[in-house]
Amino acid sequence: MKVEIRDGRVVDPKHGVDATQSLYVAAGRVVALGAPPEGWHPNRVIEARGLVVVPGLVDLAARLREPGFEYKATLESEMRAAVAGGVTSLACPPDTDPVLDEPGLVEMLKFRARTLNCAHVHPLGALTQGLRGEQVAELGELAEAGCIGFSHADAPLPDTLVLYRTLQYAATFGYTVWLRPQDAFLAKDGVAHDGEVATRLGLPAIPSCAETIALATIMRLIEETGARVHICRLSTREGVAIVRAAKKARLAVTCDVAVHHLHLCDVDIGYFDTNCRLIPPLRSVRDRDALRAGVADGTIDAICSDHAPVDDDAKQVPFGEAEPGATSIELLLPLALKYSQEEHQSLGAMISRITELPAQIMGIDAGHLAIGHTADIAIFDPAAYWRVERGALRSQGKNTPFLGLEVPGRVRYTLINGQVVHEA
Amino acid sequence: MNPSLPDAEQLLQVLVQQMEGAVRHDARLVGIHSGGAWMAERLASMLPGEHAFGTIDVSFYRDDYSRVGLKPTVKRTSLPFDIDGAHVVLVDDVLYTGRSVRAALNELFDFGRPASVELAVLVDRGGRELPIEPTYCGTRLAVVESGTIVLQRSDDGRLSLALEQTPTA
Amino acid sequence: MNRPLNRNPQLDADGALHHLLTLEGLPREHVVRILDTAESFVGIAEREVKKVPLLRGKSIFNLFFENSTRTRTTFEIAAKRLSADVINLNIGASSTSKGETVLDTIDNLCAMQADMFVVRHSQSGAPHMIAQHLDAMAQTHVHVINAGDGRHQHPTQGLLDLFTIRHYKKDLTALRVAIVGDVLHSRVARSLIHGLTTLGVPEVRVVGPKTLIPAAAANMGVQIHHDMRQGVRDCDVVVMLRLQNERMRGALLPSAGEFFKNYGLTEEKLALAKSDAIVMHPGPMNRGVEIDSSVADGKHSVILPQVTFGIAVRMAVMSILAGGSA
Repeated sequence: MKVEIRDGRVVDPKHGVDATQSLYVAAGRVVALGAPPEGWHPNRVIEARGLVVVPGLVDLAARLREPGFEYKATLESEMRAAVAGGVTSLACPPDTDPVLDEPGLVEMLKFRARTLNCAHVHPLGALTQGLRGEQVAELGELAEAGCIGFSHADAPLPDTLVLYRTLQYAATFGYTVWLRPQDAFLAKDGVAHDGEVATRLGLPAIPSCAETIALATIMRLIEETGARVHICRLSTREGVAIVRAAKKARLAVTCDVAVHHLHLCDVDIGYFDTNCRLIPPLRSVRDRDALRAGVADGTIDAICSDHAPVDDDAKQVPFGEAEPGATSIELLLPLALKYSQEEHQSLGAMISRITELPAQIMGIDAGHLAIGHTADIAIFDPAAYWRVERGALRSQGKNTPFLGLEVPGRVRYTLINGQVVHEA
Repeated sequence: MNPSLPDAEQLLQVLVQQMEGAVRHDARLVGIHSGGAWMAERLASMLPGEHAFGTIDVSFYRDDYSRVGLKPTVKRTSLPFDIDGAHVVLVDDVLYTGRSVRAALNELFDFGRPASVELAVLVDRGGRELPIEPTYCGTRLAVVESGTIVLQRSDDGRLSLALEQTPTA
Repeated sequence: MNRPLNRNPQLDADGALHHLLTLEGLPREHVVRILDTAESFVGIAEREVKKVPLLRGKSIFNLFFENSTRTRTTFEIAAKRLSADVINLNIGASSTSKGETVLDTIDNLCAMQADMFVVRHSQSGAPHMIAQHLDAMAQTHVHVINAGDGRHQHPTQGLLDLFTIRHYKKDLTALRVAIVGDVLHSRVARSLIHGLTTLGVPEVRVVGPKTLIPAAAANMGVQIHHDMRQGVRDCDVVVMLRLQNERMRGALLPSAGEFFKNYGLTEEKLALAKSDAIVMHPGPMNRGVEIDSSVADGKHSVILPQVTFGIAVRMAVMSILAGGSA
């Protein structure tokens, strides 16, 4: 199938491309940029004038809820949502039911995803068996089955001895360990950031030091073991400073932020809005501003959606009982775009944080438009605003704090392996 | 001051003349807030003999609570004597539909069982919606439906009548 | 990001009081009106017929998801003195584990023509959730009273505390008030602090160990004291908070004995307050833990009158909510 994407603004940060030109796809690959190949007769022409053409988005954290949580969402619904959001490659955390600590489960997930012919799914394997934090999982077997890294999802971090040993083990084989920095004891029972809002609302709180203490521990262990670690979902300004210092000291560490934390803070909880019940919690304005600055200066490598669809029932309960998480894979691009517009950043800089850089972290060859490469492409209209409404979301989860708001950036076409899998 | 309205002080004298010979020597005066309460205090001192007086606020017994809710200021009901077996004269400034008196009767009976209840009003403006008539009455007055007659008390205690426009609902 | 905050659910579109969920952000005129109305209800307890017919025919449901015989009884008495029909539902945790959600319970009761819900729940924000649900279902004639939600608010307790202070001290604009004890976990403290600042009390102090006083309390407009002698010095009102047993587990406090030594109200510490200071406690008291018996039973204590005032205040709240717009 020969597809011509005509006269769009092609932005490919990895190759320093930002120009209005046509892009040519054939046999599932990018075959030319700018001028067509010889004897070019397209089967389909996509008019992309006024639109932006980018590598398909790479999302570092998207929960697909299979296996085990099909009442919240299914692979079908969430993959549809992914491509509607322009996401063509994603990493899914291992906190399914059962946990992804066996190669058979990983293979089945990858197989299921492939048959849907939607986004490319790259599972993260469990770091410890059952995510219980006691015994290291069979990282080698899991890597062979297709895991691109190993994570502890939102389960409490293992104790320091187990963490030390698992990092050592992972370092032996060069695996990347993905860790969310949160001290389990300090965060116990907490549901909101320890600040003015939680105090006023009487919500059990999680202090910032729950993140910074865990970060400090992780950084020391990286030095001790030589492991490569990706820090998931930074949320505090002190945390940004710790990562900045670690990078300056040339530690092998990368980190990401969930797109919500670039926009929202604890004040947005308002009158106990359970759509703002998130992990990590929304913190203060100062924390949010530090995260925004951290993305701008590159301390934070990537922006992810942290997609977590939750069924309505689990949100229609008091705040402290609500299940944390927000549906967000369709909002990754609009919210990242909104952030970059507010900060007057270049489009290319923002795009790289949701394409090329996450792909590097995942260790996959994606997030760019090299000639000869798989044609995973997203085409969007940066000037089109749309209202976030239940009916507008393809995800089975409708739980987003942005309900009722207008956001910029409408994905018009998504191509996977050179085929149009979504158009609007 | 509306020249066409009668003088409240004079009407009070009219009431005293009516009540002098008629009320029992042990009658208790119960004034309905606010106008009736002022009147009851004055009457107690103007009538011969000793007449204990109390005041009653009927806010909790009104029949329009579901429609208009509680008044912003509710005054205290103060009845410093036993209602059981008492001969009570309810005192109010203006008798109109009769609903305030109905409420006052209900409230009174929650305090005890009076031996008898009479009614003294300064002005009867007609327009009754319940079967209630005054025993003692200062004067009858026709008032346009959109108007409200109120009793006022100046700083030196002098009572006077005024006509206000009823606020449209 | 400019997310529009939902409208304050306890006021309707005209600014009238529709639910009572929190004293935080409750405009001064509403607070004063409730206190003034309560004034007129105080005398009813002395009548032979301790009732007025104001809420006759109305159905008030006490929905206690967290047990409390005291508070439930006070609300029941208040409702019955207004001639309302009262139905008590002690739901506890078992109902939710059986599968019926809070909102399903509410919907069922609305179908039974409920007029008012008095809700106590162990989670902060539960009454707000119920109120928002009722508004979304257009049940505009149903009102919610928060009888205590988690650590968040206990507005009727705050109001009766304000009523008590106003009764004994008349002019609030010159007072020093000290709130002593476990402020971190106390919905009573949060309600009272907001009520006091709304009524213009110039100095509100919280007193307790660092483990029980949230650092962000200063943002609520209070002075933080960790030394009780400093904290109660020259105060006109001392409010003692109840210390729950669980605080002695979990590394917040070593023992009740040590707490009493540092933060218990004894005659000796009370002597540092003004000579006409009043002592308050929301109850139930732990004698010998937060308060000495001699103080609890002494001449400064207004703890028992608080209970009487509590009934009048709750009657006032119910009658203001259930009436049409005045």
